[in-house]
Amino acid sequence: MYVELKQINKSFGDFQASRDVSFGIEKGSLVALLGPSGSGKTTILRMIAGLETPDSGDIIIDGARVNDIPPAERGIGFVFQNYALFRYMTVYDNIAYGLKIKKMPKEQIKKRVTELLELTGLTGMEKRYPNQLSGGQRQRVAFARALAPEPQLLLLDEPFAAIDAKVRHELRTWLREMILKVGITSIFVTHDQDEAVEVASQIIVTNQGRIEQIGEPKEIYTEPKTPFVTEFIGQPTFIEDYGKLKGFRKEKKYKGAIIRPEFVEAFKSDNKTFKDVMDCSEEGVITDILFRGTSLELKLDVGGVTLTTHRSLDRRKVSVGEKMRVIIYRVFAVDETAAYPMDNEELAKRNVKYNHLEAYLYSKDGYFVV
Amino acid sequence: MEKKTRREESKAAKAILITISFLFVGLMLVVPLISILVNSLSKGFGFYLSSLGTKFVSSALKITILATAAAVLVNTLFGLVASWALTRFSFKGKQVLSTLIDIPFSISPVIAGLAYIMTFGRMGWAAPIVEGINNALGTDIQIVFAIPGVLLATIFVTFPFVSRELIPVLNAEGTDEEEAAALMGAKGFSIFKSITFPKIKWALLYGMILCFARALGEFGAVHALSKTRGKTFTLPLEIDALYLSGSADSIVASFAVSSILVIMAVIILILRNLLEHREKGKSGIV
Ligand SMILES: Nc1ncnc2c1ncn2[C@@H]1O[C@H](COP(=O)(O)OP(=O)(O)O)[C@@H](O)[C@H]1O
Ligand SMILES: [Mg+2]
Repeated sequence: MYVELKQINKSFGDFQASRDVSFGIEKGSLVALLGPSGSGKTTILRMIAGLETPDSGDIIIDGARVNDIPPAERGIGFVFQNYALFRYMTVYDNIAYGLKIKKMPKEQIKKRVTELLELTGLTGMEKRYPNQLSGGQRQRVAFARALAPEPQLLLLDEPFAAIDAKVRHELRTWLREMILKVGITSIFVTHDQDEAVEVASQIIVTNQGRIEQIGEPKEIYTEPKTPFVTEFIGQPTFIEDYGKLKGFRKEKKYKGAIIRPEFVEAFKSDNKTFKDVMDCSEEGVITDILFRGTSLELKLDVGGVTLTTHRSLDRRKVSVGEKMRVIIYRVFAVDETAAYPMDNEELAKRNVKYNHLEAYLYSKDGYFVV
Repeated sequence: MEKKTRREESKAAKAILITISFLFVGLMLVVPLISILVNSLSKGFGFYLSSLGTKFVSSALKITILATAAAVLVNTLFGLVASWALTRFSFKGKQVLSTLIDIPFSISPVIAGLAYIMTFGRMGWAAPIVEGINNALGTDIQIVFAIPGVLLATIFVTFPFVSRELIPVLNAEGTDEEEAAALMGAKGFSIFKSITFPKIKWALLYGMILCFARALGEFGAVHALSKTRGKTFTLPLEIDALYLSGSADSIVASFAVSSILVIMAVIILILRNLLEHREKGKSGIV
């Protein structure tokens, strides 16, 4: 493990921002700290950087305990949420700042800055001031500035929060490629699951100062370990009386179930692909149709329960009020402490090939393929 | 229809309010100040110059400049330190400190003067300390009714100006840039010089100007601590003395001396407006 946190606790006054936080990060990995706003992500990042001191616990970087090592000596590059660019300095001086502090010779500084400007596609911007740059360009400057002193670990706090939704997507790809190219171990904070999933190879889910789950994106997605993660990831609908749905029995010990759009298949009654499982289906009425760019989002009323599903644009046209056949192939039943995947019993009885169904279900939505 | 009348009403209201404001400012401020300038020249320019040339006035001018310089210097340093402490650290008694700094805003300057008399005067608790120092060093430092007292009083009344200008700016700017610099290994003073100072310099200068203007005109606190004309008097005290002495000549002379302060005030006002303008129009690039 390159970075390790062991039982970190941190309070601000009587508010506990970190509770028993422990995790490890492999060298060279790109990790996301994902959680709702206020869940303690920034606090964790700032403690690793040395900008906050934990009340208890150990922070280990590259095998050495760094709790008492000053921030500047931890070999960390930090990209602040709003970039914190030095606004009275040009792009060049921003990137050169850390090198000047290190008393690097002028020639070498120039070489390194030019190199970074090239890497980040900022060549020609070196004389500009931060307020003359777009959000995306500022992010690049912040990134270049953090990388200039060649840190061993890069920390990024909500690197996309200050960027227009339009270019955010593009920048995610850019940042991921950039980090992989440089090969630096990186941790970034986000409250946006799409961002975490797209950029990170490992996700750490935080909630109320605690770590809820650590895993690869797919693992977090398909095997959520806690009710919180189950509800936080995906586009979940919580249903208390899930026993109403065909193929499921409600058990007393569960307080309800969480259903994701991709667990729900809605098809017209003459659809041949589903003829084998037609009698596992129940009726649902389309109450709303939303265009989601690459697919449609359907809201269906199934026996009084509102379910959401996605529909590929290549499929036949549907309209509000239309009666569809609906099959729910899985739910996550939840109690107070954990989530349990429950498969549709009718489908299971019929020995419907899981893969066959799913290959169809996950056609074009861009979600995970299980 | 109704809309129209309402718009007319608000137009009328605008005209009335603007007129009242101008009349009020004109009658209460501008006319009296101009009358000082006019009166100061009522006995001719030669008389004007000669009344400024007395040794009383030149001594008062020197002391005023000394006291003002001391106040600006001390309060700038203190203002930087205090506003830094109040915005960058959290500590017990922070609220108390913040309130205490404002005392000179809410207390009458005369009381400040009396407080120093009670402290450093012959009966004051600090008098033995001063005496001890004098004995030990063989000096003869007097505080009350001497120049140090005048300086202390001026510093006291202008205490909060710089810190009150800096605190909101420091709060609004946050600490991200400083933290970024610290992470790259920059040390305290170099962070201040290269990162913080450019952000606060206008507010600092503005605070210093306010402090300067206030120090220049201070009367009450200095009056309590200064009793010797020609030795410890500042310009406002000299003006007062000239005026109270009652002869027609000395009254005109007091106007002449006042005109120095008025002219200085006008210069400061213009400077202040220039700065404010600059602050507003600033693009973040200097
Ligand atoms: N310096 C601080 N003083 C007091 N409370 C703080 C401080 N920093 C963070 N907190 C509190 O700790 C909680 C977690 O904050 P943070 O780590 O910023 O969460 P996140 O980054 O996940 O949004 C928040 O409720 C916040 O108000
Ligand atoms: Mg945060």
